Amino acid sequence: MARLIRTEKEVEGRYEEQWVVVDEDVLDQWPTGPREVVGRPAPRVDGRLRASGQARYTADVRLPGMLHAAVLRSPHARARVTRLDLEPARRATGVRGVLGPDDLNGLTREPSYRGAGIAAVAADSLAEARAALDVIEIEWEVLEPLLDADEAVARGSLLAEPTNYERGDLDQGLAQADVVVEAEYRTQTVLHNSMEPHQSVCQWEGDTLTIYTSTQWIWGVRADVAAALGLPEDKVRVVCEFMGGGFGSKNGPGDFTYIAAELARLTGRPVRCALTRREENLDAGNRNATIQRLVAGARSDGTLTALGGEFVASLGWDGWLASTAGPMQMLYACDNVRTVEYGAKLNTPPMKAFRAPGFVEGTFGLECLLDGLAAKLDLDPLELRRRNHADADLVDGRPFSSKNLAECYRRAEKHWARRHEVRARSEGSWKRGVGLASQTWYGGGGPPSYAWVRVGGDGRASVVTAMQDIGTGTRTAMAQIAAEELGLPLERVTVALGDSARGPYASVSAGSSTTPSMGPAVRSAAADAAEQILELAAERFHVERRVLSLRDGHIVSSDGGSWPIEEITGLLEEGQIQGRGNRGPNPAGMRVLTFGVQVAEVAVDVETGEVRVERVAAIHDVGRVINPLGASSQVEGGIIQAIGHTLSEERLLDPATGDVLNQTLDAYRMPTIADVPEIVSELVDIPDEHLTNLGSKGLGEPPIIPTAAAIANAIRDATGADVRSLPLSREEMLRALREAEQRRREPVGATTA
Amino acid sequence: MYELRVNGESYRLDVPVGRTLAGVLRDDLGLTGTKVACGEGHCGACTVLVDGVPTLSCIKLVHTVGEHEVTTIEGLRDHPLVDAFVRADALQCGYCTPGQIVSASALVAANPTPTSDEIRHQMAGNICRCGTYPKIEEAILTWRD
Repeated sequence: MARLIRTEKEVEGRYEEQWVVVDEDVLDQWPTGPREVVGRPAPRVDGRLRASGQARYTADVRLPGMLHAAVLRSPHARARVTRLDLEPARRATGVRGVLGPDDLNGLTREPSYRGAGIAAVAADSLAEARAALDVIEIEWEVLEPLLDADEAVARGSLLAEPTNYERGDLDQGLAQADVVVEAEYRTQTVLHNSMEPHQSVCQWEGDTLTIYTSTQWIWGVRADVAAALGLPEDKVRVVCEFMGGGFGSKNGPGDFTYIAAELARLTGRPVRCALTRREENLDAGNRNATIQRLVAGARSDGTLTALGGEFVASLGWDGWLASTAGPMQMLYACDNVRTVEYGAKLNTPPMKAFRAPGFVEGTFGLECLLDGLAAKLDLDPLELRRRNHADADLVDGRPFSSKNLAECYRRAEKHWARRHEVRARSEGSWKRGVGLASQTWYGGGGPPSYAWVRVGGDGRASVVTAMQDIGTGTRTAMAQIAAEELGLPLERVTVALGDSARGPYASVSAGSSTTPSMGPAVRSAAADAAEQILELAAERFHVERRVLSLRDGHIVSSDGGSWPIEEITGLLEEGQIQGRGNRGPNPAGMRVLTFGVQVAEVAVDVETGEVRVERVAAIHDVGRVINPLGASSQVEGGIIQAIGHTLSEERLLDPATGDVLNQTLDAYRMPTIADVPEIVSELVDIPDEHLTNLGSKGLGEPPIIPTAAAIANAIRDATGADVRSLPLSREEMLRALREAEQRRREPVGATTA
Repeated sequence: MYELRVNGESYRLDVPVGRTLAGVLRDDLGLTGTKVACGEGHCGACTVLVDGVPTLSCIKLVHTVGEHEVTTIEGLRDHPLVDAFVRADALQCGYCTPGQIVSASALVAANPTPTSDEIRHQMAGNICRCGTYPKIEEAILTWRD
């Protein structure tokens, strides 16, 4: 029974109220624990295709007559074009179309960041397109860029109004505190660097635009492009069967899609517009830098009385203000909290969501500050966190749909207990220590999302839905859910996805929402198909429907009867059983969040400032786990990305010109296999009894959130030094060691955490 | 005309000097299993074998290949490493995976029972942004199982 409800839709921590039509979810959740297929480790159903190079990514699409586009980008952070002559490019070899600033919104004469698009060329080959860019005649008036975030705030250069939050009274909370710590934390700009660069191939067929694109959201691209081009949405078809990573940077169409679409219209040919790796690191988004000025107060028993923070986010020329204050507001039961957040508009490349935007940065500051507090209180850091456990959501007073953070803490104890033995392994200039940090995040997903399931005469099933698998393994998870509900072995279920013209609406693969949004819809569609099969079987075998169920490819009767499923589906001949499923509503009046804790072990060379992460144990609570194998990969991947941004990754800007200095992968240092510590991952795996017919939450983002703070806290444990600026370079490490040494000499009057 | 030997086949090509091996494999021969992720020899996604030696095809000029035999992921589809990677879940988005497997194939050809340290040393030129490294190590340790 469909009904119209007003519900909250949350993506990457941004809530929107909207009307949605939902079908009531009539299915009971499966009991806790592994089932026949769900909850058991499954290698990826598309693993062989991807591993053997047969999967076709956007980069592999080759259409007959396809042209290649190249984009002229601003070499200046802020400038004005004083003369532009595109004619030489139009006359260049192989060129079929040229666009300038007057032809397309995304191209400009007044670039406001290094890498902004000025003009674009389509040619028979990419080499010819690039050569044509070189002959464009262009002259500049270079203007002074605004690059400093604090200065931008002082001058009122903001992308949005400052975000203020307050509960209780911070000043009163500080007055009640026996101990107060203050510190300033800084996090750097981090680049996504998905392995498949951003790109689209656009082709017009009549008045329909087909876009092959590397995207996290087929339907978002469809809606945005249709709106921008003034087309009905069903005249835009978006295809993405396989995509090579996004991490938040591929949630929308991007200028490259509009450039390809316009050049395709202009030339009457299909056009690819793909970013190079260097362009990728200029104009594909970034995790914005932050400055966090924090204060915390607690009574001598560890009860938090006050948490306060001023947060400045260097958003760049465009973007949105992800909540860096969120962890401070949400993680602990503190009555007095005040935060203010500023989103600085700068002449730097625009930010985009990057795996738990805001919370990665904010958790670093908050959880380091908390360990500073624990040290001053002479209290065990794990115990301090336990004493301030939030039993309900303090931001809006709602109960949690489920929360097993205390269980995460309990399971973390054995890793935390290793600290005595780890410290004892310190040797010479190498000091060892253990640190931990907690985490909360969203990840409940929401409606609308739809799936179809068809079962053929051969007793094989297909899940059809126009979602995308960005590499998280959702294709496999959806196959497992359908197989479980239909009582089929996994190898008898296929998943068809990745095409807006060939399946129903599906959710964005962002915000840890794919499994909790899509999974319940797939289960509901499979249950619809299963019900039809069982009704036919009841009729055919003259038994009551209620005694029948599906298991292991068979229709099974409670009195011991068993028939292969094909005995019923085979009656259909060419016909098919059609199941239809919808994502039900989120639990009303409840807050759906994910939780976790990580324990890191480090070794620090106090002479050179070198930091090595030796072990990370991660315990996360994300409800029911569909595929423990894929889930462990998500946890490991999140931690490894976190180790990169904790230790080695930083986009460097020339402070005078705003040029991006490290656009290449030799200069921008991401972790390699040689940088990976031992990782132990554990999931609590208790279904959220209030959330959908699955009880599953998302897992993509939680594991990247607490790692940086856990590492920094382990460094404090090993050396007594407070690192406060990411990445934890040797320079920062040595600064912190010198500061700690100074503090030891003059213990009175120390004001920092 | 120029002759290029790939996966046991011989191809006659008419390509201008300056084309990369990766470009010819992908655009002229349709062998798109070889991926290009950085295009300047920093990430390893484009790794192919030239006479068994891992080679960055995005910065290898095709005319410098000469008589030598090129092996791409398409030539390694039946290699036990492919299944080992799938079994161990040593891929997420999968874009770097063909290059990882090509590099790993050279490693196990020279050393069928590599240690973890040897794997971490030999595979450090292949970047995986999804962070599948622990599973890649496991896949290579168990490739013959």
